[in-house]
Amino acid sequence: MSLYQLRDIQHRYGERTVLELPALDIERGEVLALVGPSGAGKSTLLRLLQFLETPTRGAITFDGERLNGQIDLRLRRSVVTVFQTPALLDRSVFDNVAYGLRLRGCPARDQVWAALDRVGLRHAARARARTLSGGEAQRVALARAIVLQPRALLLDEPTANLDPYNVSLIEEIIRSHGDMTIVLVTHNVFQAKRLADRVGLLLNGQLIELATADRFFSNPIDPRTRSFVNGEMVY
Amino acid sequence: MTGLALIIATLLGVPLGALIGLTTFRGKSLLRAMLYTGMGLPPVVVGLFVYLALSRSGPLGALGWLFTPSAMIAAQTIIALPLTMGLTMTSVESVSPELRRQIVALGATRAQTAWTTLREARIGVTAAIVAAFGGIISEVGAVMLVGGNIAGQTRVLTTAIVLETRQGDFSLALALGVILLALTFVVNVALMRLQGRG
Repeated sequence: MSLYQLRDIQHRYGERTVLELPALDIERGEVLALVGPSGAGKSTLLRLLQFLETPTRGAITFDGERLNGQIDLRLRRSVVTVFQTPALLDRSVFDNVAYGLRLRGCPARDQVWAALDRVGLRHAARARARTLSGGEAQRVALARAIVLQPRALLLDEPTANLDPYNVSLIEEIIRSHGDMTIVLVTHNVFQAKRLADRVGLLLNGQLIELATADRFFSNPIDPRTRSFVNGEMVY
Repeated sequence: MTGLALIIATLLGVPLGALIGLTTFRGKSLLRAMLYTGMGLPPVVVGLFVYLALSRSGPLGALGWLFTPSAMIAAQTIIALPLTMGLTMTSVESVSPELRRQIVALGATRAQTAWTTLREARIGVTAAIVAAFGGIISEVGAVMLVGGNIAGQTRVLTTAIVLETRQGDFSLALALGVILLALTFVVNVALMRLQGRG
């Protein structure tokens, strides 16, 4: 069974419909990239997947449990989001990475060190997180998320505005995701091609096309997908 | 006395200010305006109200607190409370919404989110306590009114300075002023160290 099953989803802010998804399944262990222009509904979809918001209409099933109303803390903690801007606590790098574990009452220092090793920041463990460069800060945010070993990791433009070195480091971490399900929102179609098993194009709150990365890029069905892939869509 | 008033104002004002800062409700703007007004409340007016409330014919006259340290603590707490509450509220509100959203997205409960946000706002919260301390340690009108400046009982540094100046003993008044300044400096350094910026 898929990790997420979304059915008949509609999400509105006031009178404005920002997302309309008749059906979307997200498989366990896959990297699903969502591409599309700004305002397409990608970040809104992530908020629904993180259970930060409840859809105006429709049903979300996560790990076999149909969600309605109040979300159980255990379920909420099995999904973690890394946002475009790394919002770090005014503490040391180590404490930032350990934060989620401490919330869960499991101060596992070894796991924190392992996560810091994974993002290449062991040497900066004692530094204040807010003194780091943008790329390093984003790597801390990623370490803070992966140390929790969530069922689903949601990445909202995790490499936007980063230099190529940090982009490649972060992409390498995403590639070695193991059995973690990853939903990656990106503007960068090339990044989607490099990382994703499947790619979906969102336009005006609607999922225009969802296909394996190979087919999405080599043989898209919808002309708007073709236009987006070829860089002809202005956004 | 000032220490006790500060502790009470901190224990009440910081959680209440954080609660107001972290929640949205009808009437919040009005409450904010009232708090800001309270922050600028003339201490002598507070002293007058406390005096009237504690005087024999007042609603709290039965307590028998007038011209006792309890009355002074009550007045100082009323002066300090809007400062600790209002400035804590502002500090908590100034923690970036992105960080608060991230804290939730990392699986924090509501209480954990509140505690982490308060900890992130610790510089502002300490500033609130420092401001409250400054407001009441230097205060003279209210404590003079409700305490009566009774030697050995309700005379404090500020009221003693007023008395000695009136009696023309400027050197003693100055010496007391230096002690007051030194005391304020020591407490502020201690609070700054607590803040993590010492």
